[in-house]
Amino acid sequence: MANIEQLIEQANKKALEIIQNGQPTLVDVSTAGAAIPGMTKKSIFHAGPPCKWENMSGPLKGGICAALIYEGLAKDFDEAEKLAASGEIEFGSCHEHSSVGPMAGVTSYSMPVWVLQNKVYGNYTYCNMNEGLGKVLRFGAYGPEVIERLQWMEKVLGPVIKEAIKLHGPYDLKTMIAQMIQMGDEGHNRNKAGTSLFIREFAPYIVETSFSQKDKVDVLKFMHSNDHFVLNLTMPAAKCTLDAAANIKYSTVVYTMARNGTEFGIRVSGLGDRWFTAPANYIKGLYFPGFSEKDANRDIGDSCITETCSYGGFAMAAAPAIVLFVGGTPKDAINYTTSMYEITTEENKMYTVPALNFRGTPTGIDIRKVVETGILPIINTGMAHKDPGVGQVGAGLVNPPMKCFEDALEAFVGELEKEGLV
Amino acid sequence: MKVNELFKEELKVINMGLRSFADDVKSQDVPVLHVDWRPVAGGNKKLSSLLSKLKSK
Repeated sequence: MANIEQLIEQANKKALEIIQNGQPTLVDVSTAGAAIPGMTKKSIFHAGPPCKWENMSGPLKGGICAALIYEGLAKDFDEAEKLAASGEIEFGSCHEHSSVGPMAGVTSYSMPVWVLQNKVYGNYTYCNMNEGLGKVLRFGAYGPEVIERLQWMEKVLGPVIKEAIKLHGPYDLKTMIAQMIQMGDEGHNRNKAGTSLFIREFAPYIVETSFSQKDKVDVLKFMHSNDHFVLNLTMPAAKCTLDAAANIKYSTVVYTMARNGTEFGIRVSGLGDRWFTAPANYIKGLYFPGFSEKDANRDIGDSCITETCSYGGFAMAAAPAIVLFVGGTPKDAINYTTSMYEITTEENKMYTVPALNFRGTPTGIDIRKVVETGILPIINTGMAHKDPGVGQVGAGLVNPPMKCFEDALEAFVGELEKEGLV
Repeated sequence: MKVNELFKEELKVINMGLRSFADDVKSQDVPVLHVDWRPVAGGNKKLSSLLSKLKSK
């Protein structure tokens, strides 16, 4: 009989085989209500681990109120806040509904969502569409311009791109992300190259759709104006890849990292759907003019699924220009990537870093290595204002709390003890 | 090698653990390679014990 170390190594090998082979593919645009399992007209899904209304942070509450106004369930912020606190709304974690969302991650019934399928393992993942920077729902803003933009995304952006995908056919996101990393993006805070690649790929088909000239021009201009347009594809691509590697008995590989603005949570393949949470940290970075540390909320969003899948902060060596946005020097960017090899299982076969002699990005975070070395995953991320209604205040770098990994390790050993294996 | 002879040659220093030791040497213009070494689980006995349970005996 294999000893426990061998059992873990075999399980992790299987998890990494699934992660390396995954084929996240864009197949459609739908609406959250039509596509996401468990979504009802009274559902609001949000970033991070599950969270009760009373424990939610300002930006998450702001995003939820924006969604309630957008859905026509409330006429203003006060009414939305009362409805949210009444118990009538079913809150849920995006991650527990095959989806992800950046920052507040708020997803509601009528929103258009990207539909991705892992072509090798068959699983689906969903993500809302990116609204751009500044005053946007995902950073907790809920003003009239936020609601109007969401309505335009529902009525025009989603349907135009849906038809364009139908004309184009499924789009291989793994290849797109691999190209992005060759072109100076890391797929979390820098998505300029990826957005350009997406526009280049789909512009001809958008022009070919049956929509009015104005709608088509508006869609192309909207994508062009938003350097993070494909973030909402790199994120679900990561989840689509990683979810296939969930629930592998004895695996110590992390398949989810996410934050709701109050807590950071991780999930480990061998421990199933269980979250290990701790208070989320504050981000260290650069602030937009007029803002400072006192304005920032705790770390928030599902976007660190990119780091979990070996890009984002883990691929910073490929994106030296990112330091202009999150702080530090290009040498720091290389050091962040190289230090992540200490806590991961393999080098990615598809995502390679030119500046590291095309070494594959660090893939498959192992809770044992994190606890043993004391090295925490590096995440580069946006910062939301702590109050609802304000929006983004900057960007920077952050780590998960070590407690998530320590508790997961303890639970993992506990499970083995129950089986008499240790 | 006798100590006095050692100090007549160019020093090659590798420092493990506390960075301040390396910084002191570096401040005297002596090249030093710092190894970022830390005890397992930062020296936490409970966590070290959990990790050791997952290793082959």
